[in-house]
Amino acid sequence: MPNMAMNKVPIPEQDPKVRARNFEEVTLGYTAEMAVEEAQRCLNCKNMPCVSGCPVGVRIPAFISQIAEGDFEGAYRTIRLTNGLPAVCGRVCPQERQCESKCVRGIKGEPVGIGRLERFASDTHMKNGGSAVEKPVSNGHKAAIVGAGPAGLTCAGDLARMGYEVTVFEAFHVAGGVLMYGIPEFRLPKDIVQKEVQELRDLGVNIMTNMVIGKVLSVDELLEQGYEAIFVGSGAGLPRFMGIEGEALVGVCSANEYLTRINLMKGYKQEYDTPVLRSKSVAVVGGGNVAMDAARSALRMGAEHVYIVYRRSEEEMPARREEVHHAKEEGVEFLTLNNPVKILGDENGRACAMVCQKMELGEPDESGRRSPVPVEGSEYELPVDTVIMSIGTSPNPLIRTTTKGLEANKRGCLIVNEDMMTTKTGVYAGGDAVTGAATVILAMGAGKAAAKAMDAYMQNQE
Amino acid sequence: MFPIVRKKVLNPSVTLMEISAPYIAAKAMPGQFIIFRVDETGERVPLTIADFDREKGTITIIFQIVGYSTEKLNSLSEGDSILDVVGPLGLPTEYPENAKRVCVIGGGVGCAIAYPQAKYLHAQGVQTDVIAGFRSKEIVILEEEFKAACSELILCTDDGSYGRQGFVTQALQAQIDAGVKYDAVIAIGPVPMMKFVCELTKKYEIPTIVSLNPIMVDGTGMCGGCRVTVGGKIRYACVEGPDFDGHQVDFDELMKRNGTFHEREAACRMLRQADQL
Repeated sequence: MPNMAMNKVPIPEQDPKVRARNFEEVTLGYTAEMAVEEAQRCLNCKNMPCVSGCPVGVRIPAFISQIAEGDFEGAYRTIRLTNGLPAVCGRVCPQERQCESKCVRGIKGEPVGIGRLERFASDTHMKNGGSAVEKPVSNGHKAAIVGAGPAGLTCAGDLARMGYEVTVFEAFHVAGGVLMYGIPEFRLPKDIVQKEVQELRDLGVNIMTNMVIGKVLSVDELLEQGYEAIFVGSGAGLPRFMGIEGEALVGVCSANEYLTRINLMKGYKQEYDTPVLRSKSVAVVGGGNVAMDAARSALRMGAEHVYIVYRRSEEEMPARREEVHHAKEEGVEFLTLNNPVKILGDENGRACAMVCQKMELGEPDESGRRSPVPVEGSEYELPVDTVIMSIGTSPNPLIRTTTKGLEANKRGCLIVNEDMMTTKTGVYAGGDAVTGAATVILAMGAGKAAAKAMDAYMQNQE
Repeated sequence: MFPIVRKKVLNPSVTLMEISAPYIAAKAMPGQFIIFRVDETGERVPLTIADFDREKGTITIIFQIVGYSTEKLNSLSEGDSILDVVGPLGLPTEYPENAKRVCVIGGGVGCAIAYPQAKYLHAQGVQTDVIAGFRSKEIVILEEEFKAACSELILCTDDGSYGRQGFVTQALQAQIDAGVKYDAVIAIGPVPMMKFVCELTKKYEIPTIVSLNPIMVDGTGMCGGCRVTVGGKIRYACVEGPDFDGHQVDFDELMKRNGTFHEREAACRMLRQADQL
């Protein structure tokens, strides 16, 4: 008999007041008892609506019934069949818009906590030492991956499991991409990311760090070196600024810079050398997951006031619901329907306030969202010493500008066909480099689709 | 790991290191830079490539010991390795076409970056003059190297203890006054020096290239820390620079932004000194 409780089994979390001042993981994860109880809420629907909501097609009802039966390692193996980074996805996927949004239990009550269960299975696997991965027999073909982020790592893992000899070129000194530099420790512990990366190495994937493709080697040179197919997952690039007065003041930075200093460079730890802005009062401009990460990091760095400044209303915020909820619990102040007009500086060129204008919702725009309209005469000064711009990025130009035959659209995103192949034969692309800033799981879905297409392409070349 | 194959103290606060980095050496061009991270807890620091040897697979960096990370780098010896070196980053210098006579100006440790420019132009057959400015005689670097890489070397010191007395701008003014016609000036050094050189060359409408040194984290166009205002627009020094048209750069803004972490650096230095007591 399934467990017919209307709500998910609650997941233990650090107390908001305590966690707002430390970098340890916010959500602590299910115990085995909790996981089994939650797994029993799954109705094991024959048509599996949840699976249709998963960009990498995780066999959800199958792994959940294994958890319900207490076969946790079996559940992990089931997930691993289609998902190369389960411990990551269980933590950062927007389940409410994917698998869980399709769950039948969600019609009346809460859907099954699929993300929580995925995390439980992977954490349990890791806690038990993880299984030694067997290196597949080589099929003699070589493939190169540019960028060791979620798209690239997924593509690398899938190709390696098929027997390809895969080399991943990463610009940073460590693999993981946004999982390392962007998403904070308190949401995704870095040792978990590195364990996932290690599993890929165990599969035989060769990861070369400090290699900026487009500079140290070009895509064409990789082809000349005998890589038969190449996947470009170089991620999003140049951070956007608003173009308002005062953005060059000291104390104004992009969310990418702020988060990279804290996450990748571990600037929050005393023993690391990378400096981070120490702020009293911080405005984070934007309403996405990155904005929430920056705001919550600022609190942990010791800021007294942290504001999310967003020009639409909370309903339109693109961030995961859980992130907004957690940010509020921790004390982030939400100034929705507020638009920055300019940033004011003191005599030393340091930011000291941001002028904001109140907005109201007007008619729906092309995106279907009600567009914000300024309220005349509503400008006011918000005293802040730090402004973090989190309003998106435009794609990195490094590969596009150094590779002949690689076409991009007006926004600078690489153009790919339905097989993820770019306008250059044998060169595939996916993730933010193609879509512009999106989610980890969508990038993984793209890496997966590309691996499949690259396999077909390389087999046809024979 | 990137082994240090040669270390040479150029003056008490400036060190040269030749590093084995075959991939970077194969591609490096004048004007490009690397980012190093000395060890696991180190920060990422950009440094312009001062020289490269494609056959030996080495690159040369010359750095001034100005803060914690350069001190840490300087504490390494020949045979030691740097944990991470990534590059070549940024765009190679784009020299003005058909330039017949060019003046390369270096200030202080900026001479380390001016040197490969002069060497390259000189090798291309361009008549290259070098004005190298230092505070005083004790910190003069690369004099012999420059002599071999230009038609005329004008060495000046602020205090007159070596070469001619005065700033590089005065030396340049003297050249212009003497009737020398430059098709271009390349100025590399402290931000105020580049600013004053540009003010002078603007007056005489001499195209001027400067190499900027903003704060950076990734160096690949991701963090935006290196943004500078050039011609009223945001430009990213790491992927669109580090060279820019000097007449368009907002130097005052760059100076302020480069001071972002000065207070913190000073506080950390005091803490370390306190630890040593």
